Amino acid sequence: MSDIKFTIDGKACTAKNGQTIVEAAKKSRIYIPVLCHFDGLKPAGTCRICTVKVGGRFMAACTTPVTEGMVVENDTPELQEMRKQIIEMLFVEGNHMCPMCEKSGNCELQALGYRYKMMVPRFPYLWPKRSVIADTPKIYLDRNRCVQCLRCVRDVKTSDGKNVFGVTMRGGKAIISIDKKLAAALSEEAALKAMNQCPVGCILRKEIGYKIPIGQRKFDTKPIGSELEGK
Amino acid sequence: MGNISEIVKKSASKYQKDPTKMLDVIRDVQAGLGQVSQEAIVEIAKVMKVSTVDVEGVVTFYHFFSEVPVGKYSVYLNNSAVSVMKGCYDIAKAFEKEVGCKFGEVSSDGKIGLHYTADIGMNDQEPAAIINDVVFTSLTADKVKAIVADMKAGKNMQDTIKDFGDGNNQDALIKAMVKNNIQKKGAVLLAPFESGSALKKAVAMTPEAVIAEMKTSNLRGRGGAGFPTGMKWDFTRQSPGKKKYIVCNGDEGEPGTFKDRILFTERAEMLFEGMAIGGYAIGADEGLLYLRAEYMYLNKYLESVLDKMRKDGLLGKNAAGKKGFNFDIKIQMGAGAYVCGEESALIESAEGKRGEPRNRPPFPAQRGFMGKPTSVNNVESFCSAAKIILEGGAWFAKMGTDKSKGTKLLSISGDCKKPGIYEVEFGTTIQALLDECDGKDAKAVQVGGPSGVCINKSKFGNKICFDDLATGGSIIVIGPNRDILEIVRNFMEFFEEESCGWCTPCRAGNKILLHKLEKIMDGHGTESDLKDLEKWCVTVKSMSRCGLGQTSPNPIQSTLANFREIYEAKIQKGQEFVSEFDMAAAVKDSCAFAGRKPIVEGH
Amino acid sequence: MSKPVVATASLAGCFGCHMSILDIDDRILKLIELVEFNKSPIDDIKTFTKQCDIGILEGGCCNSENVHVLKDFRKNCKILISLGECAIMGGVPAMRNGIPIKDCLQEAYLDGPTVDTNTDKIIPNDEELPMILDKVYPCHEIVKVDYFIPGCAPRADLIWEALVALVTGSELKLPYEVFKFD
Repeated sequence: MSDIKFTIDGKACTAKNGQTIVEAAKKSRIYIPVLCHFDGLKPAGTCRICTVKVGGRFMAACTTPVTEGMVVENDTPELQEMRKQIIEMLFVEGNHMCPMCEKSGNCELQALGYRYKMMVPRFPYLWPKRSVIADTPKIYLDRNRCVQCLRCVRDVKTSDGKNVFGVTMRGGKAIISIDKKLAAALSEEAALKAMNQCPVGCILRKEIGYKIPIGQRKFDTKPIGSELEGK
Repeated sequence: MGNISEIVKKSASKYQKDPTKMLDVIRDVQAGLGQVSQEAIVEIAKVMKVSTVDVEGVVTFYHFFSEVPVGKYSVYLNNSAVSVMKGCYDIAKAFEKEVGCKFGEVSSDGKIGLHYTADIGMNDQEPAAIINDVVFTSLTADKVKAIVADMKAGKNMQDTIKDFGDGNNQDALIKAMVKNNIQKKGAVLLAPFESGSALKKAVAMTPEAVIAEMKTSNLRGRGGAGFPTGMKWDFTRQSPGKKKYIVCNGDEGEPGTFKDRILFTERAEMLFEGMAIGGYAIGADEGLLYLRAEYMYLNKYLESVLDKMRKDGLLGKNAAGKKGFNFDIKIQMGAGAYVCGEESALIESAEGKRGEPRNRPPFPAQRGFMGKPTSVNNVESFCSAAKIILEGGAWFAKMGTDKSKGTKLLSISGDCKKPGIYEVEFGTTIQALLDECDGKDAKAVQVGGPSGVCINKSKFGNKICFDDLATGGSIIVIGPNRDILEIVRNFMEFFEEESCGWCTPCRAGNKILLHKLEKIMDGHGTESDLKDLEKWCVTVKSMSRCGLGQTSPNPIQSTLANFREIYEAKIQKGQEFVSEFDMAAAVKDSCAFAGRKPIVEGH
Repeated sequence: MSKPVVATASLAGCFGCHMSILDIDDRILKLIELVEFNKSPIDDIKTFTKQCDIGILEGGCCNSENVHVLKDFRKNCKILISLGECAIMGGVPAMRNGIPIKDCLQEAYLDGPTVDTNTDKIIPNDEELPMILDKVYPCHEIVKVDYFIPGCAPRADLIWEALVALVTGSELKLPYEVFKFD
């Protein structure tokens, strides 16, 4: 089947049938900011940072498939400002304390804060009361830092397909929980995978923290997205 | 523990351990134990062969499930805006006094639990409450006294109801004190209807002809969004696949809406025939009525109507005498979640999961219930469809306005002398409605519920229709002495509570909007706070995933537009910054615990 | 034109941000040419002796004295800067936010593993002591703050760039490597 033609901010792009805007943009080396998106996982569309405008309508680029002739707006002042607000909402909604988080420097939320030059969130800090789950042998769950991306829910399953992670409660109280029995039985590999796909410092593999020295961490010297833009 | 395990096993086997029946199993456990404890969650997960987080996720999503005990008698008092207008908090005080515990608590003997809940569909007879699935309306302090005495005496709540409402509320299977309050009958929905007439006529036509008739009628979805029903049926029919579903959205949860209650009570056959007609049109053999938990009191009656229709040959094998049309309808109970009124969330919920909306595409017409092409339509849409088949699409299209055909069932409540149900033609003005319901001195009208708009007098000449004032049916009259900001706050609290929590702007944004609103209400607002509020409303609406977040800022946005002077009066003009910080409040607890006197002078 | 006057203070902070100010190395000599210091631990002036142009605050507010100092700064400075994560969002002290103050005091003075010398089981209550707030507040939730310099501590280069830009009225360059939240 021939490629679908469409444009992002006027630039001609192509996509394979069924590809989402985020996936196709990546192929064209155009950065659309994402947080809940993770290559290879079914899109969830929870964070909404990837919101673009198509035909005057706001759409999540990670869940919207490209169609022929689609005209996508991505890097506009209106969208960038709203995306920045979403990032700020995420910072005040949880208890994000970068100075004492072992994911700092490798955290995608923080990296978005850097990219969008967030000096201070404009919203009041909400200081939600959230508990940590530390009584599983391999994984430490600091839910103060959870951004509800649902990567863990989508990604980490047992060999017979059961969910290890899941969302409980709803609305502002919605929070990631864990089936402790299933979590304890996770393989070494799966536990590490759970930590690595978490964009923030919520899911941590015990006993291996602060491994990479400051200066060498993922986002210490290069902004998130720069690998795509070739900057 | 033995007891828990027994109840879980019994319920699970009743539903063949089918994980899509999770809501029903949890409902049984909740009813049997008065809670769904951690032990019960582990047990359900074991028996149903899913992970404990999946069960806990469902239990903690719905209002009427609880991990902690809710009391042998659980009182759910509606505290939505109209109930508050009608004195809900005085009723709450009466309950607290009689029971001896606060709302949000259970009495020390575990017998009676007091809880608030969002709108229960009784806005024309508030304050109202649901106690163990039995509805109590027009509550007074005296009635509360009697109810609490009955609970303390261990009576069955249903047995305490002596005076029943009108019409089918007196049916042996309903026996509710609920009144219909039908104030105005129109030509479509509340006109007489002969059982079987519409379905028999439909099956004599081809499915294509049925869809064509719907298209001629120009019927648009009555839930509020207004998508053309004929087109939706056509899409679902065209969708590849043999197995298809027709689903009725019976989750009317928009505060101020209670029109479906009347259709369930008085037009059940018409509704089910409409569903069967839809099923015939799209090529489905199964229909599903998703009924909100608040209407549990109608469940047995509706089941009996289905039974009768089966006996009359209208449902089941060769339904309505049409060879090869094997169609039947099941009822799926909800468990208390406003967001389940969103069609894809409703489907998720009907599959036994958390009622979180799905990403689109795919649309339900492509992949809906159980992954099959599904048409989800409103109760009123189905009833209208039945009438359209009987009288013809052209007949229907003669009523209403250019783009909004037919009649609309409105539920009017609030500050008016004749609250209730009005069937009017599209194009009726707000002023005409106010005249009819006797709400003449209204200073504002909330059209379409919290997710709709709050209009001022200058717009009372506007019309009810999709391209002017669209509404799923909720009309709330706001009298001259009401504090509009208090109503806005009530609505925003509602949205904050009912957000499913999936996407950031709705989950966090509504909290932030509510906080900002309260800052202004408390006198700490500035001009820049008003600007922030306007800007943030746009962000939440633009970035949210489903209709809930895309409309939840409406109470603020529409009152900022139509009643700006109220906000202006609350802010501190000319001030650049006003702090919310309150030293006395901030040091109160620490000083008390340390045993010292707080000194806040000079701060 | 006379030199701009700068004041600094550490509220509920660890003085790390002040250390970072000193970390500009020999540029501190240039700084002295650019500005004059008033109330600040750097020159040990304890009270404001004149109206200042720039007030730099490290740390958030965890007690009544922090609030008092912060309000004093707002009164005496034309421009206020929140320096570092604690001033901006509470920082490490704000880890107690969300926990009732009663539980915090109980743990700190009565039940904690290191309180065995507190044999009288007293929670400090002398009236001379500042009163503890229910939570740690970022500075900008109590007074208006004009600028924010993030970091824990903010990199010396960022502080230098920001101060020079502010004093000379030039545009602030924000090099990626120095703009950090940790």
